[in-house]
Amino acid sequence: MITVDNVSKSFTLHNQGVATIPVMVGASLQVQAGECVALVGQSGSGKSTLMRMIYGNYLTASGRIMVGDLDVAAAAPRDILALRRYTLGYVSQFLRVVPRVPTVEVVAEPLLATGTGRSAAIARAEVLLDNLNIPERLWSLSPTTFSGGEQQRVNIARGFAYNYPALLLDEPTASLDGVNREVVMSMIEEAKARGASIVGIFHDEAARDRVCDREIDVTGFTPRTAI
Amino acid sequence: MNPLLNVTGVSKFYGNRIGCKDVSFDLYPGEVMGIVGESGSGKSTLLNCLAGHLGPDTGAVNFDTRIEGMRDTITMSEPERRMLSRTDWAFVHQHARDGLRMNVSAGGNVGERLMAVGARHYGEIRDQATDWLSRVEINADRVDDRPSAFSGGMQQRLQIARNLVTGPRLVFMDEPTGGLDVSVQARLLDLLRGLVREMNLSAIIVTHDLAVVRLLADRLMVMKDGHVVETGLTDQVLDDPQHGYTQLLVSSVLQV
Repeated sequence: MITVDNVSKSFTLHNQGVATIPVMVGASLQVQAGECVALVGQSGSGKSTLMRMIYGNYLTASGRIMVGDLDVAAAAPRDILALRRYTLGYVSQFLRVVPRVPTVEVVAEPLLATGTGRSAAIARAEVLLDNLNIPERLWSLSPTTFSGGEQQRVNIARGFAYNYPALLLDEPTASLDGVNREVVMSMIEEAKARGASIVGIFHDEAARDRVCDREIDVTGFTPRTAI
Repeated sequence: MNPLLNVTGVSKFYGNRIGCKDVSFDLYPGEVMGIVGESGSGKSTLLNCLAGHLGPDTGAVNFDTRIEGMRDTITMSEPERRMLSRTDWAFVHQHARDGLRMNVSAGGNVGERLMAVGARHYGEIRDQATDWLSRVEINADRVDDRPSAFSGGMQQRLQIARNLVTGPRLVFMDEPTGGLDVSVQARLLDLLRGLVREMNLSAIIVTHDLAVVRLLADRLMVMKDGHVVETGLTDQVLDDPQHGYTQLLVSSVLQV
């Protein structure tokens, strides 16, 4: 489902002496349907960079990134938007929403965007929020004022609202307590069971060992000059 | 799917000075494109050229009309273009007073656009106007008040209602949230996003506020000195800017 093929990336900082920093070279990986692959490596080795490249959030300098039938590295913005709507979900560490929008609507949005009826989308959002132990009295409020852990759970609910065939998870269990961590673990297992391909970054080793089938050390993709 | 708007090689010169130069892009139904850049970068000139308020010196602005398919709106006759701007197009000005009739009631402002496309039944016009006022969160009991009695945020919402009542397919917006305080801005953003999704609107939004485009626009175009220096997915351009000017723009934003 996800194939990264000989991908490289560098950043050029035009306003800091036109410094060019190579950050990745020769990155390759494959994720089959129903498989969860963990990206590992020390901080700064390029885990998030690779994940952002798969999502189309960072441009790719060379190589191919196939998600389904689309080469994200060469696709037009419009095709990446469609990919994100129907195929590729992303749970980031940070929640970015329009202020004032109620939590339940934030979670239902991916469903509304894919044509699910309003009442069905809201009902699904309520089930997810309930499973993730977000108190019902908060559902009608904007998540911008929530605690860090609550915001992360809202983000997870939103990322799992639609059944994407491919998912990117950036530290989905980072600031969760034991109970909620368990809920998220089982959501990931369910997604795998229905055949989703998952790429994840987990600093939580127990979580990684439990849900991930393989580990890929991105240190191997770090350009020698940068070390 | 065909693009709703196909822009090729649009340039506008003010004497020797460049307004905007050689701008080309496609906009598809349901897509929102942001145009950012500092004052004087040519973004408003471009918007006015696209919307038919200014005649560009070169280029074509093709619009997928309902009846005749793709038509170049620059070479079409003035009455045809005027009809388009009353029906399939809408233009939201930065200052609501430029887009409203300040001496006509709120309901009249909305109803006027309906009458311009042939609505004549007073009761129906009034019902539709009231319905649209409620959709932009203006109370029904304000329908007979003049916009001059409204706050800035209400005037802007009234302008949006006036523009959208005829069910346009393409909306041009020039700094729609400029000059509003932040809480009013958030409310307006929420409203615009909902309307874009429900009505499958396409929109071109000119702004200098990067936070606004991040939340509203799917795609982004960055302008400097009349030239387009970078285009791409909004989050990609903001998070991984390639051009020196975009990098400067993004890194200059103050964090709250």
